[in-house]
Amino acid sequence: MYQTEYKRAGSLDEAAQLVAASGGEGKYVSGGMTLIPTMKQRLASPSLLVDLRHVEGHKGIAVSGQTVTIKGGTTHAEIAASEELKGVAPGFAGLAQLIGDPAVRHMGTIGGSVANFDPAADYPAALLAMEATILTDKREVAASDFFLGLFETALDENEIVTGVRFEAPESSAYEKFRNPASRYAMCGVFVAKRGEGKVGVGVTGAGASGAFRWAEAESALSGRFDVSALDGLAVDEGEMISDLHGSSAYRANLVKVVAKRAAKKAGASGGPEVSGPKTPGGDAP
Amino acid sequence: MTDVSMTVNGRQVTGSVEDRTLLVQFLRDNLGLTGTHVGCDTSQCGACVVHLDGQAVKSCTLLAVQASGSSVTTIEGLAPSATELHPMQAAFRENHGLQCGYCTPGMIMTAVDMVARHGADLDEKTVRDELDGNICRCTGYHNIVKAILSVAQSMQGSGEGQRIAAE
Ligand SMILES: Cc1cc2nc3c(=O)[nH]c(=O)nc-3n(C[C@H](O)[C@H](O)[C@H](O)COP(=O)(O)OP(=O)(O)OC[C@H]3O[C@@H](n4cnc5c(N)ncnc54)[C@H](O)[C@@H]3O)c2cc1C
Ligand code: FES
Ligand code: FES
Repeated sequence: MYQTEYKRAGSLDEAAQLVAASGGEGKYVSGGMTLIPTMKQRLASPSLLVDLRHVEGHKGIAVSGQTVTIKGGTTHAEIAASEELKGVAPGFAGLAQLIGDPAVRHMGTIGGSVANFDPAADYPAALLAMEATILTDKREVAASDFFLGLFETALDENEIVTGVRFEAPESSAYEKFRNPASRYAMCGVFVAKRGEGKVGVGVTGAGASGAFRWAEAESALSGRFDVSALDGLAVDEGEMISDLHGSSAYRANLVKVVAKRAAKKAGASGGPEVSGPKTPGGDAP
Repeated sequence: MTDVSMTVNGRQVTGSVEDRTLLVQFLRDNLGLTGTHVGCDTSQCGACVVHLDGQAVKSCTLLAVQASGSSVTTIEGLAPSATELHPMQAAFRENHGLQCGYCTPGMIMTAVDMVARHGADLDEKTVRDELDGNICRCTGYHNIVKAILSVAQSMQGSGEGQRIAAE
């Protein structure tokens, strides 16, 4: 790892000032579960690290009616374990439980994950499917306007993700097909059945430009919340990731298979019994 | 260089480190606590797991400066005395949960954290899921899972939980 300087911010304002004064060389560190490994590989070399982990009031989950607000400094473990959240959006809590491993979940935060927008990050699939709002220290941005492309978000320089907000869906589930070595998603699909028959489908791990909403699947499932509604649909192979773990054709097929499993888990009728290793993350009745 | 101070295994320690120093380097090189191992450089193997303020974390993926002011427990801090093992250490020994022993400190720290969170409810599937971040090249995991479950089961109504979680 290259040399760096570490500072602990007492408030978000102070953090923003410190990074702004660093001439573009400074970075926030939250859980460090992406940034520290990247620095160890010398793929990042921030001259300054400003730690957000000790900022008071930057953590916590609030549920008011169906509206869920999660602050940026909340860890994956806290999200997975929140009884309040499990009460209204168990699919989302279940998704957090599938991120990395227990040690990663104890440190990693939703703010860091959202800001980083790794093409295989799990939260974006759910945030897109639920039409969540991303909260920053400057504004509120709809998820679909926030996640722009590979590691690219609408964040301005020095802008801080302060949290996310969404309406808990009627039912939802996340199905993750993991790369057995890295535990990241080869493909992860979040299906959210929202009010008035509207269904959201967010896909991560597969798209070459990061997580995306699968519009055709959304309209098919909104018309008929049955797994067979997805028959005959296909994602564009040309827009899928192709790497040593799987070709784009493989991933395009995976999206459909995983979407069907997620829909079934979220309570859609029809479809085969889900076989194979059962993973948590569903809240189907 | 930055001065750090933290509680390690109940003892207040201080040191002067480069900001880029990893917690595992501080533990091993500055404090001589070489029970915490480094098995990879990709944050995946879990040989380096310690407890930070009571939670399992990977000390290879955390700077010493990030841990300043916190309380850290390493494998050296588990046993109640020089002649007595912690119940999880005893269970690994009893169940033959180790071969070369390289992964063992991280396995045990992960296991103690797991039992502290789940208590007697811990089942085999959860143990296997939560060993995701700990790699063992020797045992095939079977006896590690057995050891962890035996400790969880021994907690049933015995009040042992407090003792296992207590650090
Ligand atoms: C072994 C391992 C397995 C993993 N598996 C998964 C997985 O299966 N699924 C998954 O989704 N993720 C996985 N991760 C990544 C993990 O979820 C990270 O915690 C997360 O992506 C980043 O959150 P963080 O708080 O650790 O951010 P950091 O690493 O601290 O920061 C990441 C980036 O975001 C910036 N940043 C941090 N916080 C903010 C903020 N509030 N506002 C603006 N910018 C900010 C930083 O400057 C940095 O560029 C894994 C990580 C590891 C080490
Ligand atoms: S040494 Fe820390 S995870 Fe491998
Ligand atoms: S006992 Fe050898 S790596 Fe686990």
